[in-house]
Amino acid sequence: MIQGLYRIRENIPAAQGVYKMVLEGDTSAICAPGQFVNIRLDGFYTRRPISVCDYDSESITLMYKLAGEGTQYMSRLGRGCELDVLTGLGNGFDTSKSGPRPLLVGGGVGSAPLYGLCRALLSQGKRPAAVMGFKRAGEAMLTEEFFALGTEAYVTTEDGSMGEKGFVTDAMKAVEYTYLYVCGPSAMLRAVDAVALTDGQFSFEARMGCGFGACMSCSCKTRFGSKRICKDGPVFERKEILWQT
Amino acid sequence: MANLKVTLSGWELDNPVIASSGTYGYGLLFTDIYDVNILGSFSLKGTTYEPRFGNPQPRSAECEYGVLSSIGLQNPGIDAVMSEELPKLRRHYRKRVFANVCGSSVEEYACVASRFDESEQVGIIEVNLSCPNVKEGGMNFGSDPAMAARVTGEVKKAVSKPVYVKLSSGVTDIVSIAVACEQAGADGLCMVNTMPGIRIDLRTRKPVLGTKTGGYSSPAMLPISERMVFQAYEAVSVPIIGMCGVSTARDVLEMMMAGASAVQIGSANLLNPRICKEIIDALPAEMEEYGINSLSEIIGSAH
Ligand SMILES: Cc1cc2nc3c(=O)[nH]c(=O)nc-3n(C[C@H](O)[C@H](O)[C@H](O)COP(=O)(O)OP(=O)(O)OC[C@H]3O[C@@H](n4cnc5c(N)ncnc54)[C@H](O)[C@@H]3O)c2cc1C
Ligand SMILES: Cc1cc2nc3c(=O)[nH]c(=O)nc-3n(C[C@H](O)[C@H](O)[C@H](O)COP(=O)(O)O)c2cc1C
Ligand code: FES
Repeated sequence: MIQGLYRIRENIPAAQGVYKMVLEGDTSAICAPGQFVNIRLDGFYTRRPISVCDYDSESITLMYKLAGEGTQYMSRLGRGCELDVLTGLGNGFDTSKSGPRPLLVGGGVGSAPLYGLCRALLSQGKRPAAVMGFKRAGEAMLTEEFFALGTEAYVTTEDGSMGEKGFVTDAMKAVEYTYLYVCGPSAMLRAVDAVALTDGQFSFEARMGCGFGACMSCSCKTRFGSKRICKDGPVFERKEILWQT
Repeated sequence: MANLKVTLSGWELDNPVIASSGTYGYGLLFTDIYDVNILGSFSLKGTTYEPRFGNPQPRSAECEYGVLSSIGLQNPGIDAVMSEELPKLRRHYRKRVFANVCGSSVEEYACVASRFDESEQVGIIEVNLSCPNVKEGGMNFGSDPAMAARVTGEVKKAVSKPVYVKLSSGVTDIVSIAVACEQAGADGLCMVNTMPGIRIDLRTRKPVLGTKTGGYSSPAMLPISERMVFQAYEAVSVPIIGMCGVSTARDVLEMMMAGASAVQIGSANLLNPRICKEIIDALPAEMEEYGINSLSEIIGSAH
């Protein structure tokens, strides 16, 4: 973990109610796709956890949904502003287990960390496919970017305004895969698990007090005992997950 | 040279800054950010006899000026803390720690405390009175002077290390509880734990936290916790560690002038993991600003 000041290079709308922010600063603590950062905002007493969408040696790309006051405040910050950010948080996805043909399943902004994951898998010579689900066309994000990577990518929308009408679980049926990587709202994670044909990794969310393992705010029960979503997660293997009823 | 040293029951601390229980894990998480050996000390997560998973989610709710939490004393139990956490800590931390002790019965407190008493890594046994008393209906041990005194007395009998009793803030007469603990043999007091609070989600019309209520910690609590320290200082002669809302070097000076011999920093560590270092680094300049050569000279100066 690094606590540093990161300068906003870009902070622009990316889809309806979704912003893209590019931060410049020390990225040396980031070691896997699917990790997250925790952003301190003036006047707020908890940080805001946001997944790393992509990163390179000097910048971090985030995609965030306007969910409440904190993210709305973020969206008003201009270029050049500096933010106190904790980076290199969480375990991230383990790409070594993917097999030759992993399937990435994202819901809404949950597609963000899958983009960095997709790039990592491609660079390892694997042939990932992606399924991304959104409510409607206006909220779709990163679709062009996924196509640009040359990956086979399917889009579903609940109202049929883009791609196939339906849910990610419908589109998954058409794809053969060796492993799953899933990130999205909890109901979607559960639905994907119900139709999953292989092992996989799922990324979870929780209300966080610290984001780096100190407070136990984010604990959840797994088959292998209690784990902190911020430190031992946010990514868990399918076989260790205990789904809450 | 500014002298930051303070003494608690014969233990000389390099400075009065102690990281609070439950906000500092077992110390190691902060080693990425700074050398934790610069601290006066820190307090381990509250430990019970058996492992505890803690409360249902959500356990944390942001507030306008702070945060409401209800962790439910999640911890791996005294055996795991003694056999795993303390040995791991020894490799990174040279000083002694506070061992925060919790229980749902008087016997559990005494038992956990006596185990910690065996460890040379423990400097002070910190008895957290804000635990629900399972045998007597779940009311917390800290809300009644007689109960608080019983816990203190039993823990004192079980250990040889100094016993500091950490008082609950949501009580009507904190001074009577402070006095009861001192009379029962407490070697010091930690004042105070978080203030009970609640937040309601406007959309669901229900409490945000899984347990409905939680403990509020906030810089806005400082005048209240400081008042409690101020009042207790006049009524007891054992050292007091001031806490709840301390987040700057100036807060440290104020708290000490109110009567604290040292301070604890809690939820501020969660927002800003570097806060303890920042406070320790800022203390000498703040002391100079206010003409203070030695911190121990200002303890209780407001009286
Ligand atoms: C590991 C992790 C990665 C995440 N990655 C992304 C991402 O890449 N893009 C994105 O848009 N969102 C992401 N989120 C969700 C994001 O953190 C919340 O949407 C955001 O904190 C909302 O803040 P707010 O002030 O706008 O909302 P408010 O509802 O006003 O926030 C109130 C409080 O609740 C917390 N909170 C609210 N919603 C969530 C949530 N879903 N998860 C955790 N805490 C929440 C806030 O942090 C804050 O403390 C992630 C969450 C986690 C835990
Ligand atoms: C997330 C969290 C967990 C805590 N866990 C404990 C605990 O296990 N034992 C205890 O005595 N106090 C616990 N506390 C209380 C703190 O140690 C501290 O006394 C309190 O937060 C007030 O100080 P502050 O205002 O600096 O946060 C906890 C507080 C928080 C925010
Ligand atoms: S949010 Fe503090 S431990 Fe996970």
